Amino acid sequence: MSSPESSEYKGTEAAPHGEARPTEWPLWEIFIRGQHGLSHRHVGSLHAADAEMAIKNARDVYTRRNEGVSIWAVEASAIAASSPEEKGALYEPANDKVYRHPTFYDIPDEVGAM
Amino acid sequence: MSGTDPKFEFLCRMGDNALVLGHRVSEWCGVAPVLEEDIALANVALDLIGQTQLWLGLAGEVEGAGRDADKLAFHRDVWDFRNVLLVEQPNGDFGQTMMRQFLFDAWHLAQLTALIDSTDKEIAAIAEKSAKEVTYHLERSSDTVIGLGDGTEESHRRMQAALDLLWPYVGEMFIGDDVDAAMAEAGIAPDPASMRKSYDQLVGDTLAAATLTKPEDDFAHRGGKTGARHSEHLGHMLTQMQWLQRAYPDATW
Repeated sequence: MSSPESSEYKGTEAAPHGEARPTEWPLWEIFIRGQHGLSHRHVGSLHAADAEMAIKNARDVYTRRNEGVSIWAVEASAIAASSPEEKGALYEPANDKVYRHPTFYDIPDEVGAM
Repeated sequence: MSGTDPKFEFLCRMGDNALVLGHRVSEWCGVAPVLEEDIALANVALDLIGQTQLWLGLAGEVEGAGRDADKLAFHRDVWDFRNVLLVEQPNGDFGQTMMRQFLFDAWHLAQLTALIDSTDKEIAAIAEKSAKEVTYHLERSSDTVIGLGDGTEESHRRMQAALDLLWPYVGEMFIGDDVDAAMAEAGIAPDPASMRKSYDQLVGDTLAAATLTKPEDDFAHRGGKTGARHSEHLGHMLTQMQWLQRAYPDATW
């Protein structure tokens, strides 16, 4: 009862080092909600051929220790991100506008901790 | 192995299927084609090893000879194993591994689903827990079979070759014997032959979606689940799986 293909991993070839495979799956960013009531949190990324496979892979890679009750997968290329070079223009103007923080009110003691 | 109590025999069959396939799948750990598949395969292997502990643990209790799941897994030799021949077949390439997984998962889920209604409460409880895991195994393996079968020219060719190679091992899962008859009689487990029709339906649908052609010849290798005649691959696998207990009997940690 011999099998014609008994050698292990026959025909499974490793990709050559340093070369990106032309068939590389797209990258997906994975968001997991840990408990009901909390928001989804970014946990990492993975590769998958399509959305359904991304969810399945995320289930295996990121929820195997019972971490989640809900998974979102977003294709990384679909995420619009701010550019680090524009940091100054985007965020610095907020630095000297302390009045935007509600820290100038006297809170009556009776209110307690806020 | 006593071979006298059909319930012990039946539990060994369930446990050995999970154990042998679990070990086979674990052989991919660290060498799967992509990281995501590597982790997924390891998860499947761990699920199966977990189920093994339950089935063989119960088998040991039923036998009442002081053997626990570890003893049954590591202190029996090849002729005492009761797994079907399909699960002991070598991994081959990734496609062949996933085809083997799919052909087994489709039977496994149907078997476990039927066992949830077993008259034996302990068997029903193990089946209920395992069925949740195996539902996911089947989802994954059928998606992969469809993806690769209906994929590139090369992936299609490899999946068809895997199907042609493994199909002769499918029939054994549906061939009943005295043990099965006793289990069916007692309402413990379904008659294997009764599950063939829905299996063929499910597998046929998936293979059609995968653009793969089911071999016409229904010849079936047999001898695994009765232990009469395993293929040569199981003995080699056990030398790996059992080497520590063979080199250092009863070693613990």
